Amino acid sequence: MRRAPRVLTEAAQALSFSRRAWLLGAAQLGVGGLLIGRMGWLAIAENERYNLLSESNRVNATLIPPRRGWIVDRYGQPIASNRTDFRVDVIPDRLREPDRVLEILRQLLRLTPEDMQRIEADMKKAAGFQPVEIVDNIDWERFAAVQVRQPELPGVAPTRGFARHYPAGAAVAHLTGYVGAANAEQYKETRDPLLVTPGFKLGKDGLEKTLEPILRGKPGAKRIEVTARGKLVKELATRVDTPGRTVHLTIDAGLQEYAARRLGTNSGSAVVFDVKSGEMLCMVSMPAYDPNSFSDGISHLEWKMLSDDDHVPLMNKVTQGLYPPGSTVKPMNGLALLAAGVKAEERVFCSGALRVGTGVFHCHKRRGHGPLNLRQAIEQSCDIYFYEMVRRVGYDRIAPVARMLGLGQKFDLPFSTQRYGTVPDSAWKQRKYRSDWKVADSLNASIGQGYVLANPLQLAVMATRLASGLDTIPTLLRDPFKPGARALGIDADHFRIIREAMYGVVNGGGTGGAARMQVPGVGLAAKTGTAQVRRITMAERRGGVLSNAQLPFKLRDHALFVCFAPYDNPRYAAAIVLEHNGHTVRNLDTPLIGRDIMTYLFDRERALKSLAEVEPTWGGDIRTRMAAQEAAYRAAQVPVAEAAATADDVPAASVSNAVGAATDASNASAEAVARDVRNGEGPARVGSPEPETEAERRATPLADDAPAAGARR
Amino acid sequence: MRPALPAPLAGLPWRVLLMVAAIGGFGLVVLFSAANGSLRPWALPQGVRFVVFLTGAVVLSRIPLDWVRRAAFPAYGALLIALLLVEMLGAVRGGSQRWLDLGFIRLQPSELMKLAIVLACARFYELLPAAETRRFQAIWPAAVLIGLPAVLVMLQPDLGTALMICAGGGTVMFLAGVPLRLFIGGAAGVAVAAPLAFMFLLHDYQRNRVLIFMDPESDPLGTGYHISQSKIAIGSGGLFGKGFLNGTQSHLDYLPEGHTDFVFATMAEEWGLAGGVFVIAAFLLVIRWGVNVGVKAETRFAKLTAAGLSATIFYYVAINLMMVMGLAPVVGIPLPLVSFGGSAQMTVLISLGLLMAIDRDNRRSARW
Repeated sequence: MRRAPRVLTEAAQALSFSRRAWLLGAAQLGVGGLLIGRMGWLAIAENERYNLLSESNRVNATLIPPRRGWIVDRYGQPIASNRTDFRVDVIPDRLREPDRVLEILRQLLRLTPEDMQRIEADMKKAAGFQPVEIVDNIDWERFAAVQVRQPELPGVAPTRGFARHYPAGAAVAHLTGYVGAANAEQYKETRDPLLVTPGFKLGKDGLEKTLEPILRGKPGAKRIEVTARGKLVKELATRVDTPGRTVHLTIDAGLQEYAARRLGTNSGSAVVFDVKSGEMLCMVSMPAYDPNSFSDGISHLEWKMLSDDDHVPLMNKVTQGLYPPGSTVKPMNGLALLAAGVKAEERVFCSGALRVGTGVFHCHKRRGHGPLNLRQAIEQSCDIYFYEMVRRVGYDRIAPVARMLGLGQKFDLPFSTQRYGTVPDSAWKQRKYRSDWKVADSLNASIGQGYVLANPLQLAVMATRLASGLDTIPTLLRDPFKPGARALGIDADHFRIIREAMYGVVNGGGTGGAARMQVPGVGLAAKTGTAQVRRITMAERRGGVLSNAQLPFKLRDHALFVCFAPYDNPRYAAAIVLEHNGHTVRNLDTPLIGRDIMTYLFDRERALKSLAEVEPTWGGDIRTRMAAQEAAYRAAQVPVAEAAATADDVPAASVSNAVGAATDASNASAEAVARDVRNGEGPARVGSPEPETEAERRATPLADDAPAAGARR
Repeated sequence: MRPALPAPLAGLPWRVLLMVAAIGGFGLVVLFSAANGSLRPWALPQGVRFVVFLTGAVVLSRIPLDWVRRAAFPAYGALLIALLLVEMLGAVRGGSQRWLDLGFIRLQPSELMKLAIVLACARFYELLPAAETRRFQAIWPAAVLIGLPAVLVMLQPDLGTALMICAGGGTVMFLAGVPLRLFIGGAAGVAVAAPLAFMFLLHDYQRNRVLIFMDPESDPLGTGYHISQSKIAIGSGGLFGKGFLNGTQSHLDYLPEGHTDFVFATMAEEWGLAGGVFVIAAFLLVIRWGVNVGVKAETRFAKLTAAGLSATIFYYVAINLMMVMGLAPVVGIPLPLVSFGGSAQMTVLISLGLLMAIDRDNRRSARW
């Protein structure tokens, strides 16, 4: 049976009430104590922390982006500087009526539908308190129009800042790279509020990227007291920014721009060194993008145009382009042969072909050069001489000299992407292909084809070291305390022989006669080269090898050129590599370009005059041609809606897909040629596709007045 | 000897009235500062209302306690109907609504229900024979009395008020002598039911508030903003505060609702821990007086009513302060007499009037 509930009397009930009321009072007191304790904890123990939080609420430190350090050339000329920039941003959180405000801005700033789409996309992405760029780089009138109406446009921030300016535009694109707003990943990495400050840009590519820590500087701060809605209450103290340091390059800005213009419509590169110091005087890769417009953020349309271009304007060909060096390696070969004991006067008879085993290897001159010594072989670029001699000593004696002169070498230069190429030898082939080195490999390598690959920078270093006889180390950043270069440890007589032979290439009836300089007392020494990039089948060889003018751009031969001057007391050395040039237009071919670039260093007036004569034949200077190209591209494109977003989300130019694809393509053609080489065939079967000597060339109809076949579109 | 004051005035509990006036007056000072040193728009209307309601409370203290006893159930019933009406109007108009527009006043029945539930429960336990107290018959009618309005208020949805109705009614049940194990079991039941209610009963925004309460820093710019900013205001106040009119959190609008639910933070920023201790101590003294009035009361109804009303005032203060100090989720309970707004002011001052009426009754019976 259930226990009967305890029955309460009124008295007991009153007692129970008192007890429980007391309990209730005690509990209330306890809670009161708890609340006071909690408040004491917040206000005393944690006071410092909350004071700080309250201050950071109240005080809004707007960062002032630091002025970026300049990049100047060896004479102090600006290569990258800062110009005043008027910009307008909005802070989405502080906008009262976003649609109305945007509409007003659209009218005041004359924004295009493309701009509006980008702004809307950015506003959706933005974190609210993070400013969104409306426009930058606007004129004073439009800026002022927004500024006077600012009181009625909360959240709109017209700002006067600095923007990067590259006076030479595309000519320095691959040298300096460009700047741009930080992307989301970069911000997430460091959480540095400077990265999301409007108007702040950091280096995205080239020197701007690698020298970022020097160039950036320290931001200033404008401290203001603001309400939660962002309304300014009063201004507190302002700290000024510390500008980034100026970087002095060894580059000669005038030469850089001249070389870029002189390359014309070519897809190519030019590198010039000061022979004594190893200082880089110019480093040009053309065509290029305009770093000014890149730094402002380019449209998808422009990006697509640059990506689609078969002249690969996004690639820095100087450090990223790898080419078979062709006959430009012959002076280096000569040096190696001399070191290996070959006598300079020893002759080889060139009949136009050499039988090795079952194969027949040809000279570029079908009729043959007759008997030649080393000097003549270099002058005439005879293939048979080098086949024969390299066959005798073996390529393993050549490769160390090639490396000594800089081929395959990695240089410590401030560029994030460099490709180093290959100097093959038997051990290398064993490692890479697990097969033995064959005589045909030696023959192919002896004319700079087959497995041999180098970038233009290395070719220029090779020319420099040939000219100086020193282990010259290339530098790009000016360093007054740079130690002098060591000697290479090769007989000075050998160098003299090779230099004289290279002088003969230009001035002694050799293959580079067109490059003869017209500056009194300055003799140019050079070596031409041509690199085959396609397979030539037996069938084609029987029917006659197609001329370059008959081929599509991508299959034409590369034209290469290394030189130094004056030949008897070298001061400057250069390398020029023109992709798929095919020697089709004389003014746009290596000898004349080389001559003019070298002339600039000795006689600026003459060089400029020469440029003024030829530039109109290919459609004017860089800016004019780029504008025309863009207009044509735009006209050919159906306007795409998504073409509006900024370039913040695209990868840096030098690592973009387009560059990857271009290098893949060149790798594929090198691979195809190398396959032939593995089969005991390859370019040596047809000889180096050398241009004829100057005398022969004059007899051919390919002359100055030929249409600019290489001209773009 | 002639008394210094006429009898009706001398009979008033002056110490408590002064205490209440001090709290209210301090509240006006805080509201004056919250409006950036201006009587408008808050301090002046609040002050006028305070005087009117306090006078009303004094008048209320003169009515015979028997009237209150008789009015308990009818008032409860009327308010329950009003709650239903509010709910129906809300359903018809679409969207939630908490008040009835009677033309001359916007009546918020749930606010008055906090008082009515105490009166109704007290009345019920008075009617219940003492011997029945520990039986089931002592529990279920009270549970229904509390449950109906609580559910209706919950549907509005107003979690804070529903909680206060339950707490007020529950306190009366506790004081009436309902077995303790019921409360212990009830607490266990809440522990089980709370997660379920959290999952299924709460609205998204309420669920969010609870989650944010658990971790306010997780969303400092969203829903956790209230709690974070309130803690910053209190914490940065320190021992004696930043000084009158010098609070940055409130004046620069970082503290949301700085004149209503979070008025305590506004006060604490300028007056520091000292101001906080003053407010808490003053409320505790008023509440202790109220409980004592209950202990001294003769009748069961008076006892339960006095202690229940004191507890209701206590719940207001405790829930609000826990909320602003980050010890409870944001539930929208104002700090009575200090927060701007007439409803809570009216409720608390009616309670005070009723407590004074019981006090007067006590003294009269003591004299006889």
